[in-house]
Amino acid sequence: MPSRRTKTRTINVSNLARVEGEGALHIRLRGGEISELKLEIFEPPRFFEAFLRGRDSREAPDLNARICGICPVAYQMSTVHAFERLYGITIDPAVRALRRLYYCGEWIESHALHIHMLSAPDFMGCDSVITLAEKDRAAVERGLRIKQLGNAIVAKLGGRSVHPVGACIGGFTRVPRREELAELREALMRERDDALECVRWVARFDLPAVERDIEFVSLRHPDEYPMNEGRIVSSRGIDAAQDEFDAWFEESQVPYSNALHSKIKARGAYFVGPLARINLNFDRLGTEVQSAARQTQIAWPSSNPYTSIVARALEVLYAIEEALRIIDTYEPPSAPAAKFELRAGTGCAITEAPRGALYHAYETDERGVIRSARIVPPTSQNQARIEADLRELIPQLIERSHVEATRACEMAIRNYDPCISCSTHFLRLEIER
Amino acid sequence: MKPRIAVFKFASCDGCQLQFLNAEDELLTLASLVEFAYFTEARSRALDGPYDIAFVEGSITTPDDARRIIEVRERTRYLVTIGACATAGGIQALRNWSEVEQYKRVVYPSPEFISTLSTSTPISEHVKVDFELWGCPIDKHQLIDVVRSLLSRAKPALPGHSVCMECKRRGNVCVVVARGEPCLGPVTRTGCGALCPAYDRGCYGCFGPADDANMEAFTRLMASQGITGMDAVRRLRSINGYVRPWRETADAIAKNQNQND
Repeated sequence: MPSRRTKTRTINVSNLARVEGEGALHIRLRGGEISELKLEIFEPPRFFEAFLRGRDSREAPDLNARICGICPVAYQMSTVHAFERLYGITIDPAVRALRRLYYCGEWIESHALHIHMLSAPDFMGCDSVITLAEKDRAAVERGLRIKQLGNAIVAKLGGRSVHPVGACIGGFTRVPRREELAELREALMRERDDALECVRWVARFDLPAVERDIEFVSLRHPDEYPMNEGRIVSSRGIDAAQDEFDAWFEESQVPYSNALHSKIKARGAYFVGPLARINLNFDRLGTEVQSAARQTQIAWPSSNPYTSIVARALEVLYAIEEALRIIDTYEPPSAPAAKFELRAGTGCAITEAPRGALYHAYETDERGVIRSARIVPPTSQNQARIEADLRELIPQLIERSHVEATRACEMAIRNYDPCISCSTHFLRLEIER
Repeated sequence: MKPRIAVFKFASCDGCQLQFLNAEDELLTLASLVEFAYFTEARSRALDGPYDIAFVEGSITTPDDARRIIEVRERTRYLVTIGACATAGGIQALRNWSEVEQYKRVVYPSPEFISTLSTSTPISEHVKVDFELWGCPIDKHQLIDVVRSLLSRAKPALPGHSVCMECKRRGNVCVVVARGEPCLGPVTRTGCGALCPAYDRGCYGCFGPADDANMEAFTRLMASQGITGMDAVRRLRSINGYVRPWRETADAIAKNQNQND
């Protein structure tokens, strides 16, 4: 145990727990000042952008799903929208609605997982959902029910919740009949109550009260809460088309991480995900969700990253309401997928993955074979912002034990629900002090 | 004392270990029967081995991981691989037919910072594996089945026949016969519930080769549908492309193609 008298202290969290994927945190303190802070992502690279070259673009939705077992729908959605732009495909409004439903399923499943299994144990002083169930079994069972509903929605459209099989460029391989979707109704009605209870539950957690200077980034749609479409907007005035992404954002590499860092040119770190979406699209949530949000006593927009868990619970409620709306107004499309001609070109798309904006860009040859692919996952975009939060947090941890310091750092990181498998990389805390 | 279960991750998408957490109806019962001694994605406290059962997700793609899997084996009584990455090398095994240095340059501006092996290989190429659970992702019912067998000290057994059998039982219309669509079903292991044909598309091989996959007949079937040369190769070299019968067939077709060119 390094003594407080030594001039340097190192804190190493060598295996960040309760995040998806593998990373570590390395911090060196000298005389109470941070001399080094590295969020290391050591999840081995899998080189999707490289092996996609030479593959048929029509294989891309299935292949890209494999980037992430928690948010395969997001990878499929950014993929298909990018290629639809590339091939000039117009999507049937009914297919568009089904894709929104498909995304609702994934938001519900992924947020319920994060709230109950990865994050809530921190606030309840537990090491896992299993010990949490010993303390508050009803809350855990409620969470499992919500999660199960999300999985059921995805499976309804794609056969299974992990790497579902139905999404393709142009639409779906098969679309459900009205009565098949109606089967989800009862569970949606029940889970709407559960979701509301879940919002109240997380809003009662003892969330650290901090204010951070954050630029939030998300999509914004003229009249909907954003999922598959919209312009890129930020809390500091960015308002850009999706294909202007490269004009505003840039990726760079740091030696200690297998994930690329993404920054706003000239300004630096930014924040994507549920809190960014709520902050920038509060007016699109609908009256029910807005009223639930106001009852939490949190002032929205919120610049406290710890309120992310509440943002996530509110989005679960939103997604359930939205899924109900879609199911109740659904008329099957004339064809499950639009026909299209393969051609040479370029196309990009951003959709709102559970963890935030997910950018894909592709180039094809005249046979529709992929010549280049670029994928910018939400966790890469949040990485610089996570490090910035830790820089503000760590000076308060200097006097704390290693166990407590680690826990505090991990909680700060979990606000972002980092998906390291996506960005390639979880947390090992190393603090040198 | 409850049996001690560990879940380890190598190069993968987390989707197979997620199936534990996706077993919403069984999870709390399971947790009362076993101790999750090591399961980083679900529990922040990690207990040291030995472990009674280790579930291993992911393939070996770095020098560190090649060492780590040997340590895992030493601390484990019964080692089960879960999913296409751990069992077959996964989609990332596409590098095995390419130059990894070139791959690094495609993805990273400074490839020298990246430490990786030139191949992605299944766990069985590194240590003894006691049972392999196929699928991309694995099926959660098969996973629960395996856990249940092991808890009652029985050797797990899962069917190894082709998707076609399951597809007939489900009453799907055959996508090959009725629509002339390409489908890997005849040479793919059952386990998914014949999902793709039920969604009006051909199977793309998530569960790897069936035990008795007749690759010669399948190559002829593909040829009769006009799928030859590199098109046939690409279909076999996918999620489970590095596993033997598919690899050898695809390599032979590719070699032929090169000689003809």
